[in-house]
Amino acid sequence: MPGLQEFRTGDTPQPDIVILTHKLARDYDMGGEVVRALRGVSLQIRKNEYVAVMGPSGSGKSTLMNLVGCLDTPSAGEYWLNGLKVSDLSDDELARIRNKEIGFVFQTFNLLPRATSLHNVELPLIYAGVAAPDRRRRAARALERVGLSDRMAHKPNELSGGQRQRVAIARALVNEPSILLADEPTGNLDSATSAELMGVFADLHRQGQTIVMVTHEHDIAAHAARVVTLRDGLIATDRRQAA
Amino acid sequence: MHFAEAVRLAFQTIRAQKLKSVFSAVGVFIGVAFLIGAWSIVNGMNVYMTEKFAGTLIGVNTFHLRRRPNFTPNVSDSTWRAWRRRPRISFEDADAVSNGITIPVITAWWSEDRGDVEYGSKKAKQVSLQGATERYFDIRNIRIEQGRAFTPQEARGGATVLVMGHDLADKLFEGRDPLGKSVRIHGIPYRVIGVAERRGNLLGISLDKFVIAPAVSPIQREVNPPGVIDALMVKASSEVEMREAMGQVEGIMRSRRHLRPQQDDNFVLETSEGVLDFWGKINRILLAVGPGLVLIALVVGGIVIMNIMLMAVAERTREIGIRKSLGARRRDILRQFLAESATLAAIGAVLGVATGIGLSVALNAATPLPASVSPVSIVLGVLLGAGVGIVAGVYPASRAARLDPIVALRHE
Repeated sequence: MPGLQEFRTGDTPQPDIVILTHKLARDYDMGGEVVRALRGVSLQIRKNEYVAVMGPSGSGKSTLMNLVGCLDTPSAGEYWLNGLKVSDLSDDELARIRNKEIGFVFQTFNLLPRATSLHNVELPLIYAGVAAPDRRRRAARALERVGLSDRMAHKPNELSGGQRQRVAIARALVNEPSILLADEPTGNLDSATSAELMGVFADLHRQGQTIVMVTHEHDIAAHAARVVTLRDGLIATDRRQAA
Repeated sequence: MHFAEAVRLAFQTIRAQKLKSVFSAVGVFIGVAFLIGAWSIVNGMNVYMTEKFAGTLIGVNTFHLRRRPNFTPNVSDSTWRAWRRRPRISFEDADAVSNGITIPVITAWWSEDRGDVEYGSKKAKQVSLQGATERYFDIRNIRIEQGRAFTPQEARGGATVLVMGHDLADKLFEGRDPLGKSVRIHGIPYRVIGVAERRGNLLGISLDKFVIAPAVSPIQREVNPPGVIDALMVKASSEVEMREAMGQVEGIMRSRRHLRPQQDDNFVLETSEGVLDFWGKINRILLAVGPGLVLIALVVGGIVIMNIMLMAVAERTREIGIRKSLGARRRDILRQFLAESATLAAIGAVLGVATGIGLSVALNAATPLPASVSPVSIVLGVLLGAGVGIVAGVYPASRAARLDPIVALRHE
């Protein structure tokens, strides 16, 4: 990539690099047979980039997402997030990173079904140890930002798909994370709602949010400024495009 | 996540699944209710035995000289036979003892058996027939409500007069004045000279269904062979004096019976302590059996809760995944599920305490069994209940905490 120094083991990332993976690999033991889902992915993402990760199923994009999202730890290689080497942190330290640095948006929304929008958005703040009144205020503000201030007391099954995904976005952003990590965010939405959601992402990007989005739809990937394609656990292409 | 947060969350979850929660708490509920209830009965009996029973049956600072102990649980056959070979307490024994004690005491002869009392065509069965001397009323604290007790002259002369209990008077005379009326025992007429104040009941048995006639009156034939009494009652004015008097009585009886120093007494001096000993033995049995039953209920309750919690963990795998992805640490998840099982159990325990108290109140009202809730049992019940919840929750909660967030998130 132009403007990016090549990273070698023992280096530390440049200050404006949010995500840096170096020869990142992940093997799975599937009943005695080792599946090499990632075979050494080196990737650097700057602050305020909008990156789409593409690839056919089995290409390793989900594995990469899990590693970048600190839900999983690599078998080999390094992962630096905001200048902190997270590839060898403990479970609980990873939980803290997920809480503070990463906002997830899932294909299936993953909201708690019995909880109101407000409570769903509050969850990351609960685990961050924010006191209740402050928590409620911040969660309400996050819901306002996605245009759902009139749906705070609603439960997920009282909301449309698009509204649910907005609640999920509000929840992802409430702790002001360094990266917004979206895994097929439009997978369960119709095209009109998908376009609307892409509008929300574009706004967030304009406001300075770093976004990494996994998708297999080219027209969704087209919204990103940079597209990384994986194939067989390796980066196949990595190109910038006009948004 | 703070502890209070975990408990609040637990309440939310429990409220959302009321029926399931009720079932899961039922084991602990039963265990604790039983604990409180059973304990209240034992406790009530204890209070009753020490405060009323022993005092009623024997009397304060009083001992009985008898052939064999009256209140004895499971005696072996050989002991029983040995007791039956002992000589009885004779009139002469009683006189010698009464005259021999140098401590100021009051004494009374006493014998009892059951039999019928008739008035006109009415008949009361299974009445306690008692032969006694005049100080018996003082020793047993029997107050006369109507009429009078018999005099020393009547007692010595064996007059056919008697004092009867309130229930018996009610039954035979149905509100008419019993005084001066003639009742028959085994065909022999006795004149009613007094009715005793009502004494209530003891474990459901009326204490007011009796007649007391002079020991040497014809009633003697109903209660004992000639020249023999059941007991000589001796009442001192203090515990210390009672002990001293007991020593003297033992000496007098041993010399009268020519017992050598190595021989055991062939009579017994029974105090209210003896009765309490008997109760203590029953109490120990209850205390051995009761906790076992409580334990079984609590173990079952714990297993039920553990099962429900394992189900909850399985059902809420995705929720756990979501929470982990949002930054919940292992200990947060652990705390959440532990708080839930502990809260469930605590709810069961609190309901159990309430039911146990209700049970004991109902027992008190509806049966002669005295029950009184012990505060210790309430504290213990709640602690045990919550403890069971925590222990039962550890395994499911740690399973939840160990879940891999990726696997959990993918769970349908």
